Amino acid sequence: MASPSSDNSTPKGEPWVWFTSVGLLIGLSMVAGLLGLVLINGFSVFWAPQVPTVKFKDGTEIVGQFVQRRVRPNSPASDPQYERQYQIGLRELNSTSYVWVDELNITEEKIAPETLGLERMENGPAFITPKTIVDAAGKPHAMDATTFSMIRAEVEHASEIRERVLDINQNKIGLVNAEMEETRISLRRAEDRQEPTVELTDKLKTLDTKFAELKKEADEISKLTARAQLEGVDAKGRSVTIPFAGIVRAWEPNRMTTMDRIGLMFSRMHEFLFDAPREANTEGGLMPAIFGTLVMTVFMSLLVTPVGVIAAIYLKEYAKDGTVLRVVRICVNNLAGVPSIVFGVFGLGFFVYVLGGTIDQLFFSDQLKYNNNTPVFGTGGLLWCSLTLALMTLPVVIVATEEALSAVPRGMREASLAAGASKWQTVRDILLPASAPGILTGVILAMARGAGEVAPLMIVGVVKLAPTLPIDGLAPFLHLDRKFMHLGFHIYDLGFQSPDSDAARPMVFATTLLLIILVVCLNLGAITIRNRLRARFKGASF
Amino acid sequence: MSNARIQPRPAADITGRPDFISIKNFGFWYGDKKALKSMTLDIPERHVVAFIGPSGCGKSTLLRNLNRMNDLVDGIRHEGDIAIKGQSIYDPGLEVISLRRRVGMVFQKSNPFPKSVYENVVFALRVMGVSNRAILDEACETSLRKAALWEEVKDRLNDNALGLSGGQMQRLCIARAIANRPEILLMDEPCSALDPIATGKIEELIHELKTQFTIVIVTHSMQQAARVSDRTAFFYLGELIEYDTTEKIFMNPSQAQTEAYISGRFG
Repeated sequence: MASPSSDNSTPKGEPWVWFTSVGLLIGLSMVAGLLGLVLINGFSVFWAPQVPTVKFKDGTEIVGQFVQRRVRPNSPASDPQYERQYQIGLRELNSTSYVWVDELNITEEKIAPETLGLERMENGPAFITPKTIVDAAGKPHAMDATTFSMIRAEVEHASEIRERVLDINQNKIGLVNAEMEETRISLRRAEDRQEPTVELTDKLKTLDTKFAELKKEADEISKLTARAQLEGVDAKGRSVTIPFAGIVRAWEPNRMTTMDRIGLMFSRMHEFLFDAPREANTEGGLMPAIFGTLVMTVFMSLLVTPVGVIAAIYLKEYAKDGTVLRVVRICVNNLAGVPSIVFGVFGLGFFVYVLGGTIDQLFFSDQLKYNNNTPVFGTGGLLWCSLTLALMTLPVVIVATEEALSAVPRGMREASLAAGASKWQTVRDILLPASAPGILTGVILAMARGAGEVAPLMIVGVVKLAPTLPIDGLAPFLHLDRKFMHLGFHIYDLGFQSPDSDAARPMVFATTLLLIILVVCLNLGAITIRNRLRARFKGASF
Repeated sequence: MSNARIQPRPAADITGRPDFISIKNFGFWYGDKKALKSMTLDIPERHVVAFIGPSGCGKSTLLRNLNRMNDLVDGIRHEGDIAIKGQSIYDPGLEVISLRRRVGMVFQKSNPFPKSVYENVVFALRVMGVSNRAILDEACETSLRKAALWEEVKDRLNDNALGLSGGQMQRLCIARAIANRPEILLMDEPCSALDPIATGKIEELIHELKTQFTIVIVTHSMQQAARVSDRTAFFYLGELIEYDTTEKIFMNPSQAQTEAYISGRFG
């Protein structure tokens, strides 16, 4: 063996090269771990596994979907004992949807083919053995080979009706309500000013009748399926009656083929993306939150980009170099480091109360006076959220734009000025197009930060559940004063504010996954635009 | 450089105004550093005048003062005056922009804008507010023809100018500088980044442009100065050492420093 001192083929210090990559390695593995965790847990929400019937030593049984397994608290480390969590649903009977069972007590776990899984509007899922189906006409049918397709048809019929009722309740009645609200305010104003009120009271009466008619129509429609129900027994032998009107989805977890499971997964994903939430946000979809996040982020970008770019042009091109400019630069850079909640407090104090309050007093004084002092803009809303985040991301855009302007080759600037262009023409025709990719990079960073921000939004207008979307068919279509739902806040709300944390857990991961995907999509879109712009400048030889 | 004497072009007769550009007792500072010592020279109309001298001698500084490009630099100061056709370029009543519209400039590195060839050429007209398509088309073709580039790019007018070759780009910059028909064309080492063939083309171009423009060219190549210019000014350390016809400067310079520089003994 050669002695180490005589071996000088390896330069001194070279083995330490690996050390420099450790930081990157740690970072990458953490990101990979996070993504893996979110991906696995997020997708498992949509997957329907087999549902076993579990028998215990004392003779009792449960039917439920396996959730997780863990070491039982207080079990010795040398001989760990495990317990398992099952989702058994039927909260109205079992009082809880999730149970922990001791693995030692389990005697048998079997797969019963007749088990039926039901996703319901409330009280969690149900796993039952179906016995009788009562159809819409009230005629009972006993179980046979074709029953499942019949269940499916009934479920479909019921959800069709549910949608029609929802349409009446939300859209038609919503319109009438809005009109009534307006009329009531006008009525109060007319009374106050001692003007004739006959017309308005008449209008109100017509609206009342219209409202009652619509309510009646909705009731009639829901009656169509009111008699259809499913009767069965649960694991403990209790008979269960579930009306089809309350069933969202039915599946046979132990008879399905893999293709069926994939189909079910897509159906659930569709609901997740395009439907409204139910059961205190732990079930159903996220459409309002996705929509709210998107609208808010886009609106924020529209606000921050022009302001940031104009500010940067002034700082870079017009402002005289000196102490003032340096102080302003330091302030802008420091603004980027201010905790976001501080911006939230500022947004509440200035935007909501001062600006919003002034707007209300100037333009909505009638509403304030005749509608129990209900503020319009003087409360949290989409506009104030976007403004607050725009302010928060302003330094990012300013710094990026200044850098981009500095990076434009001097030759281009000189060529433009030498051709007799004014400073503004040079900025507009030469500098801005040439620095567009750099500016867009700043906007991308701003969007990514804005879309993922939660803390300031909580106090300037994001809510747990918003009845309406910020954009809809009612004039003026974009409702800047409305409160809205946001994915980031949704995660916080599900994870920490939910009454049933077990039920919320999978949804937290799914929502996180969605938020990550959304941010990635926003970024990819912006990066594509940037690269396209950059391609135009490729080959510039300065 | 070979020791053989460079053969200069014979001096042209002065047909236009002899003091088209008149530089009088002009001195110039960058901050505290005096870049140009007081100098006086007249540049005649429709002539080519070459500024030569070693690096840092002030020839580019003087050139960039003729269209006030030095205004972009902070902390500059000048004394004396520069007049074009008798009007001072520092006249407070004269907008810098209108001065630059009368004095075109071509830079050392070609600097086309990342726009189409067409938009590059008509840029000066666009910023003047011309939007009539016919006028722009006409100006584009005329300028490109004058810059001897028309035949090469007439089918690619809408292509990005950055796709042209180095020589083509520099000729495009010349076309851009003459599109709004300036009276004076300043060229700051226009051929320093080009191969001999492209250089030859641009020199030919200068001969042709001379019939319409007064041209001031800064060059490091003595051969080039001898080939293209009617008059030559030799600068050294911010001082105008000698200014005379090119023939005289190259055949029979009156100053020893000029003699030493053009024969390649220093610089």
